[in-house]
Amino acid sequence: MSLSKWLFEVFPYLCVVAAVVGTWLRFRSRRFSVSSLSSQFLENGKLFWGSVPWHYGILVVLSGHFLLFLFPSYFSWVTSDPRRLQFFEMASLGFGLLSVWGGLVLLFRRMTDRRVKVVTNTMDLVILVLLIFQVSSGVLIAMIYRWGSSWYAASMVPYLRSLVWLQPDSSFVASMPWLVKAHITGAFLIIATVPFSRLVHFLSVPIGYLWRSPQVVIWNRKKA
Amino acid sequence: MVTNVRSQVAMVFHLDKCIGCHTCSVACKNIWTDRKGTEYMWWNNVETKPGTGFPTLWEDQTKYKGGWEKTESGELRIKSSGKVKGLANLFHQPSLPTMDDYYEPFNFKYEDLTNAPAGKDQPTARPISAVTGEPMEIEAGPNWDDDLSGSPIYAENDPNLMAVTPEERAALFEIQRMVFFYVPRMCNHCTNPTCVAACPSGAMYKRGEDGVVLINQEVCRGWRHCVAACPYKKTYYNWQTGKSEKCLLCFPRLETGQAPACFHSCVGRIRYLGVLLYDADRIEEVAKSDVGDLVEKQREMILNPHDPEVIAAAKASGIADDVILSAQKSPVYKFVKEWRLAMPLHPEFRTLPMLFYVPPLLPVVGKVENGTYEPANPESLFGSLKEARVPVSYLASLFSAGNPAPVIESLKKLMAVRHHRRGVSVGDLRPDQINGVLKEAGVSAEMCEAIYKLTALASFEERFVIPAAHREKAHEMMQETELVKKETGFGIRQKPARGE
Repeated sequence: MSLSKWLFEVFPYLCVVAAVVGTWLRFRSRRFSVSSLSSQFLENGKLFWGSVPWHYGILVVLSGHFLLFLFPSYFSWVTSDPRRLQFFEMASLGFGLLSVWGGLVLLFRRMTDRRVKVVTNTMDLVILVLLIFQVSSGVLIAMIYRWGSSWYAASMVPYLRSLVWLQPDSSFVASMPWLVKAHITGAFLIIATVPFSRLVHFLSVPIGYLWRSPQVVIWNRKKA
Repeated sequence: MVTNVRSQVAMVFHLDKCIGCHTCSVACKNIWTDRKGTEYMWWNNVETKPGTGFPTLWEDQTKYKGGWEKTESGELRIKSSGKVKGLANLFHQPSLPTMDDYYEPFNFKYEDLTNAPAGKDQPTARPISAVTGEPMEIEAGPNWDDDLSGSPIYAENDPNLMAVTPEERAALFEIQRMVFFYVPRMCNHCTNPTCVAACPSGAMYKRGEDGVVLINQEVCRGWRHCVAACPYKKTYYNWQTGKSEKCLLCFPRLETGQAPACFHSCVGRIRYLGVLLYDADRIEEVAKSDVGDLVEKQREMILNPHDPEVIAAAKASGIADDVILSAQKSPVYKFVKEWRLAMPLHPEFRTLPMLFYVPPLLPVVGKVENGTYEPANPESLFGSLKEARVPVSYLASLFSAGNPAPVIESLKKLMAVRHHRRGVSVGDLRPDQINGVLKEAGVSAEMCEAIYKLTALASFEERFVIPAAHREKAHEMMQETELVKKETGFGIRQKPARGE
């Protein structure tokens, strides 16, 4: 099997299976360990300049990836008008840079603050480096390969869909520059680390809070 | 017509009896917070008043943004978060206190005392940070301003001093009139807890049967909004496990009929514990009432457990017969509702706390003049409230959201009890003198006697009237008791290790 086939047709499935099974096991047997593991209590100032840009940046960028994966036909709508295209490109670049900045601040903070160092383990650093690589490779792709906004729809979406339909076809990405290939591989690697790192916290987005009643009362005895 | 009766294990602290020994805090620490990540937590602590408390200046909500605030339209809003604001601030809670607002916990390197090589100098035990393990300078602690009532660094910054006049403030800090008292604090197990309302994960809840406010450790995701939202700063963030923790009113002890550790160990016997029945349909309305009415409205919400109508409604709401019986014997009901002596701490936070305080009457008013101690007014044995060393406005700022009426009522009654007992045990007061004081306070001699007995002579069983837990009706904290026992035995089911 060629490296390309292995990386783009087998590896993604391994990562997703690891993520799904790992997450299921973790929530089933080690639910206590699922937490944002916030260290704001130990260090507040630098966290603000790292965590807020990171999270808002990555939320917007990821939603962009996801939305265009779901609705690739809107791509022509985006690219047809130069001003619209410019707006979307500037916005994505802005949020991408925001997350790169946030990630770098968070890494610096983890490596220098004496209290935060106490609650930092190897996996924390590994995923931070992975994430910074991922967002900065994304920003670089956006800046170097300006044709990006059309190849995502033309090549990436069909490739990802081929994965979803269990008919993996690496030919869509075979001719891509190595940076793009690294970005794809990095993405699946990050998915694989979710259950084995603090990243698992993103699955606990407390969206139910929006419609929950303010007070919660729980009875031990079964009410008649 | 009351339809939704709930029972609450409530508490009273009699501040006249608190000697500030911190035994309660140490008992609690030894049982619950001696683990890594919890060293800085004091679920129970004792503060000197006037003073800045723990965490420093916790009462100043312009800094900490705890509790509820009433909007222009009369709605209640969580000061530090709320639905949209709370979710938007998941990545950084702007009102979260940091470790420096509490203190960096420390140990001493005692082994250096015996292991140090022979030398010219005496070996010392250096303080070591319990967080980083490095040597550190100790700059603060949980009771750092203990007994420092006259201190310009600590006591003078007490937010409650905003309520007193400049003359009263000057008098408070006058060297030979200086005064202080202790306020032991723990989770108030509020009826309208902001921490519960602020928890994005829904991990926090109030137990229906006894009103204990708890955090489900398996559901908590460490979003830390509860810490910011609690105006009393009684939920704490465990920096090691990434979960929040708080006082659980020693529920494993309560369920087996024992008093919580801080209650059990109280040297001054200042603590009382018992059931209150209250009208759960009125919570929102009471929490929204005008600031000055909060104490009175909360008393109204508490129901008379002797009233046949209330008893019938309680039974219909599923409250067990012996819990109603225990509510009838509750010392808390007597102090709060029957005698109207006890008030909640800072009711203006609108959480409807279920821990009530009998305000301190002593020290009696007096001055040292020409080298001898003279009562301020020799005519009145215990002086008058106007000349009290602790200004009523200061106590009102603590216990009745600035409204002096409930504090004055309580202090007058405490004064009446003293006159009554002086009449009984010393007999040097004219009956008309005593009756005048009793009449002014609105108490009978019988009531004075009852207050005296419960204050000074009460036995363990009279101070702590603990209702049966009825575990036979429970399914052991959401699961079948029998199944849990068969499958896992007792005790923690997982090693509480940090994250992954």
